[in-house]
Amino acid sequence: MSARPLYLGLDLGSAWSKAVLLGPDGQVLARAARRTGMRFEDAAGALRDDVLDRAGATAADLASVVSTGYGRRNVPFADARRTEISCHARGAHHHFPRELDLVDIGGQDNKIVHVRRDGAVANFLMNRKCAAGTGAFVEEIAHRLDVPLEELEPLAEAATREITLSSFCTVFSATEVIKLIREGESPGNLCRGIFNSVIARVVEMGPLGGFIVMSGGVVAAFPVVARILAEKTGAEVAVAPHPQHLGAFGAALVAREGG
Amino acid sequence: MPEFKPFRAQKRMKALMAGHFHGVDAASRDPQRRVAWCTSVGPAELLRSLGFEVYFPENHGAMLGATRKAQEYIPKANAAGYSPDICSYLTSDVGAYLAGETPLQQAYGLEGVPRPDVLVYNTNQCRDVKDWFAFYSREFGVPLVGVNSPVNVGEVTAEHVAGAVAQYRALLPALEAAAGQRFDIDRFREVLALSADTSRLWKACLWKARHRPTPLTFFDACILMGPAVVLRGTPDAVAFYEETLAELDERIAAGVAAVEGERLRIYWEGMPVWGKLRDLAGFLGELHAAAVVSTYCNSWVFDAFDQGGDPFEAMARAYLDLFIARSDDAKEEIMAGLLADFAVDGIVYHDAKTCPNNSNTRYGLPQRLKERTGVPYVIVYGDLNDLRCFSEEQAKTSIEAFIEQVPAGGAA
Ligand code: SF4
Repeated sequence: MSARPLYLGLDLGSAWSKAVLLGPDGQVLARAARRTGMRFEDAAGALRDDVLDRAGATAADLASVVSTGYGRRNVPFADARRTEISCHARGAHHHFPRELDLVDIGGQDNKIVHVRRDGAVANFLMNRKCAAGTGAFVEEIAHRLDVPLEELEPLAEAATREITLSSFCTVFSATEVIKLIREGESPGNLCRGIFNSVIARVVEMGPLGGFIVMSGGVVAAFPVVARILAEKTGAEVAVAPHPQHLGAFGAALVAREGG
Repeated sequence: MPEFKPFRAQKRMKALMAGHFHGVDAASRDPQRRVAWCTSVGPAELLRSLGFEVYFPENHGAMLGATRKAQEYIPKANAAGYSPDICSYLTSDVGAYLAGETPLQQAYGLEGVPRPDVLVYNTNQCRDVKDWFAFYSREFGVPLVGVNSPVNVGEVTAEHVAGAVAQYRALLPALEAAAGQRFDIDRFREVLALSADTSRLWKACLWKARHRPTPLTFFDACILMGPAVVLRGTPDAVAFYEETLAELDERIAAGVAAVEGERLRIYWEGMPVWGKLRDLAGFLGELHAAAVVSTYCNSWVFDAFDQGGDPFEAMARAYLDLFIARSDDAKEEIMAGLLADFAVDGIVYHDAKTCPNNSNTRYGLPQRLKERTGVPYVIVYGDLNDLRCFSEEQAKTSIEAFIEQVPAGGAA
């Protein structure tokens, strides 16, 4: 073990990869994120170098590395791997040590993880095969509307009417949007409709309890989805600190606990 | 990757299956002999007793899935009007026919699929089999006959049995005409007795998985079940399972584990993903999880064959008792029994896109069974043959996450 044991969590997602580096006492020393690109190995290596750089450390300081996410098997230098379900649960439990439902909305999939008070995963659900209600869905519809991503949320805030796209399918949803545009629906209402749909797809996945923690890139970019989820469920909804990095943070915690 | 431990029996099985296909093929060329196509849980015993060589299109469907040739053929059937949403055995098989190809050419040197003289279905499993056979009835201009079974049945009653018996008896004139011989009830009894032996032995093989560590998994059983499907009612099948059973006993005596370091015992519910069978076996093996029991492989265990008395009644009851034809309440009961018998730690449900009949995830059964037994479950979405419906990464992540959570040696 190195003199300065550091712990690295790597979350290799389908669209984005994230890293969190923890110090000997579990404090966060650095975070990084990048597009995953074509090769998980390359993304993992670049992220490791990036966080080590930021922390002024070297690979020799790494006591343990845990990988998670779709690319978790493609990190040659990882000491252990865990699924993103376990890592998100670990991260959420660290921030909120109480019974909770984690709702993670990622680039290509959504998950709900029911975490017990003691941090154990009671059960989990993942969306099926398609990208409806995920980050990819938001990007696709924004693209169809020709609205830059950063303008989606302010537009949605100005909505005057609640609409929800009803189709399960991203492509059909896009067709629905075109129909609504033709009918003269305002851009604000349409943008709000995108977020309503994201939450509708989440809520229909399975039952949610009274306390929900949100994570993932979509809530990081569009905090409005947390408000919509609270309205739709009546639950208390918190957003995890650094929501996009929750999986990597959980992986780093697992690394620190001995993988 | 974990090491695979092939069974000695597999070698013998290859020879048996080759013999089966060559036998059907020879019969299809011989003007004196007749070929019947039959659904996998159809009245094969009746057909054998009438001297037919029996061919099972579902077995062919599974071959198309396992060889991944299904991917080429399904779109051809889709284009001909058979939807991607219906049974992908049907679409694989019809697509292969439209392409004029079959894995039987490469595997057994056959020119093509042996032509039928009659097509015989039982809708106890689904309606798709009838539509599937209807396609070939039109293509080949041969008669299509069969039995329309009640489905979603709670308790199988004497009335159900009487109704089915009447239907089987009503088939006889058409079958005798196609066979060119008279029905002989003693011969029927003999064939049924052989099926009963096959079923009893096959069950005994599957039940060896109650041993810890199990000497065989669901994935092994998917391979070894071939003769129970296509050769039941023959002495060859009986001899094969006697040998297989002895081999399993040997494995147990020698402490051979199908999965090294068996930690968790899994129930696999639903169809296999044929094109990923080996892959999923390796994946679960790596996680030290042994799939010790399944609904699917148990579907060729027919306890009622043994009931004695009228052979028509015994056969009728056996094919009505079938898991797939039962109500959710009955299924829950059967599964709860198997969970206890095999000391299962967790259930993996495969929701097969194109086979709602074999997907028991859609009416709240997993939730109810968990409530009742405490055994946790996970659902993976895929398909038997159509790999377009299977997201491997997502399925594996679900299974791996599930296994990370399930405590060994008892329910959560
Ligand atoms: S039970 Fe399912 S797989 Fe079997 S023939 Fe019917 S639809 Fe196809």
